[in-house]
Amino acid sequence: MEHKEKFYLQIADNALILSHRLSEYCSNAPFLEEDLANTNVALDLIGLAESVYTELASQKGTGTADDYAYRRTEEQFFNCTMTELDYPDFAHLMVRQFFMDNFHFHFFSELVHSKDEFLSALALKSIKEVTYHLRRSSEWIIRMGDGTEEAHQRMIAAIERMWSHHEELFTPSEADLEMLNNNVAPNLSRIKELCMQKVQEIFYFAKLAVPETIPNAYQGKKGIHTEQMGHILSEMQFLPGKYPEAVW
Amino acid sequence: MTVQAVIEQEKLAQFEAKIENEIKIEPNDWMPEDYRKHLIRQISQHAHSEVIGMQPEGNWITRAPSLRSKKILLAKIQDEGGHGLYLYAAAETLGVSREQFISWLHEGKAKYASVFNYPTLNWADIGAIGWLVDGAAITNQVSLQRTSYGPYSRAMVRICKEESFHQRQGYEIMWRMMEGTKDQQRMAQDALNRWWWPSLMMFGPHDTDSPRSEKAIQWKIKRESNDRLREKFINKTIPQAELIGLKVPDPELRLNEDGTYQHGDINWDEFYAVINGNGPCNKQRLQHHIKAHQDGAWVRETAAIHQQKMNNHGKH
Repeated sequence: MEHKEKFYLQIADNALILSHRLSEYCSNAPFLEEDLANTNVALDLIGLAESVYTELASQKGTGTADDYAYRRTEEQFFNCTMTELDYPDFAHLMVRQFFMDNFHFHFFSELVHSKDEFLSALALKSIKEVTYHLRRSSEWIIRMGDGTEEAHQRMIAAIERMWSHHEELFTPSEADLEMLNNNVAPNLSRIKELCMQKVQEIFYFAKLAVPETIPNAYQGKKGIHTEQMGHILSEMQFLPGKYPEAVW
Repeated sequence: MTVQAVIEQEKLAQFEAKIENEIKIEPNDWMPEDYRKHLIRQISQHAHSEVIGMQPEGNWITRAPSLRSKKILLAKIQDEGGHGLYLYAAAETLGVSREQFISWLHEGKAKYASVFNYPTLNWADIGAIGWLVDGAAITNQVSLQRTSYGPYSRAMVRICKEESFHQRQGYEIMWRMMEGTKDQQRMAQDALNRWWWPSLMMFGPHDTDSPRSEKAIQWKIKRESNDRLREKFINKTIPQAELIGLKVPDPELRLNEDGTYQHGDINWDEFYAVINGNGPCNKQRLQHHIKAHQDGAWVRETAAIHQQKMNNHGKH
């Protein structure tokens, strides 16, 4: 696979798998407004993934966006593993969201300057949405960190779980490096600096400690996922997999 | 007659004059206690229905078979949740909090539309809900746009606009499946077989067996009778089914000379069984709502405590 295609897929797959996790939370939120907000973010992310898949299909002159979502196997997905993780409570859901929103915000802010016209336009459009996502998840981090003692404890547990996947976001794949050399991709070291500043700022207000960096142990960008990824795909791809001839 | 009684009578006369002249009743207007109670019951039941309805549809979000259908379904469920919000807000103007409405739901004192106590078993059920359940709901809600209570009427105007999209989107799912493979056609027919009768039941008992209807029609809360609305829905829906090759599961269905339809008997035993808590999913739906609410208690609490801290901080 070409590095460019893989770089596109890293972006789209993060969005698709994260939206899957958010959308399964529908009707489970602590109150109705929050249920709607979650669904809204899930919708934005599906839209993001779909536009990248559509562009890829059009550049290759074959297939459709749905083929990318529904007809690839686990090792052909290049999302970071944090997006796949299940979540025992709202704290886990929102800590993951904050880390991903933060990453997306800074990543897209830089990607605007990409030499790749499609990605630059995509980034410009996405920033508007992601700015809102990040504001929302940041506010929740503060409410939970600096609210009740129970919420604070839940936050500590959630941060511990998600933090071990945080470094993966900034660990460059071959595609990241190649696209950086071609002035298509942002420099992930720079993105990490910006993300860490935001984590420190929000955690300060939330009265939460920023953990020490944990070296990356995950390789989602190489198509090596957690055990949960197979379950996500078997659920998501169930109908097209079972009825391959059907058009829905 | 006491002075108080005379005043009450005058207020009642003014209220009835407004109803008579199609002037909306607003939250601060005087209204008979029974009118208020009827509205509290009806609007909150309507709000709960929108919210509980998110569950059977939510059952298929993660398995929606295309990105487009996933987006449409997510947006639809989001709309339903939004309708729940408008309706809770309309109901709150009658002096009861949303928290109280939710407690009544959890205690079994408030109901929601019985149709959501049926399971969604295949993808075509998502089509059938949009087409039939939303279709039945619109038939009722279009007439409720003219309901006498202002906030309820205005909520209905907004809701109807969105529901008509849902109905078309649901029909589109069915239509695509009927154009598709044998398996898809089988699923579509299976979904219609299971959702047809529950959809007809959504309009409630026959007029002769509907004790609250008379007063509600007199007060113009309800603008058309259960049977009249049901007939409208049937007359509109059967040609739609036939157009795409679906067979309505009613062997006694006849086309009258005037173009309307005569249908078979509705199974009222089933209707009352489901209303009384013995449908296939009653316990599951309520338990799900209770669990989500309980699981979220610490989140609501921390949000409130944090807000308090911020307010105190602001005062220093």
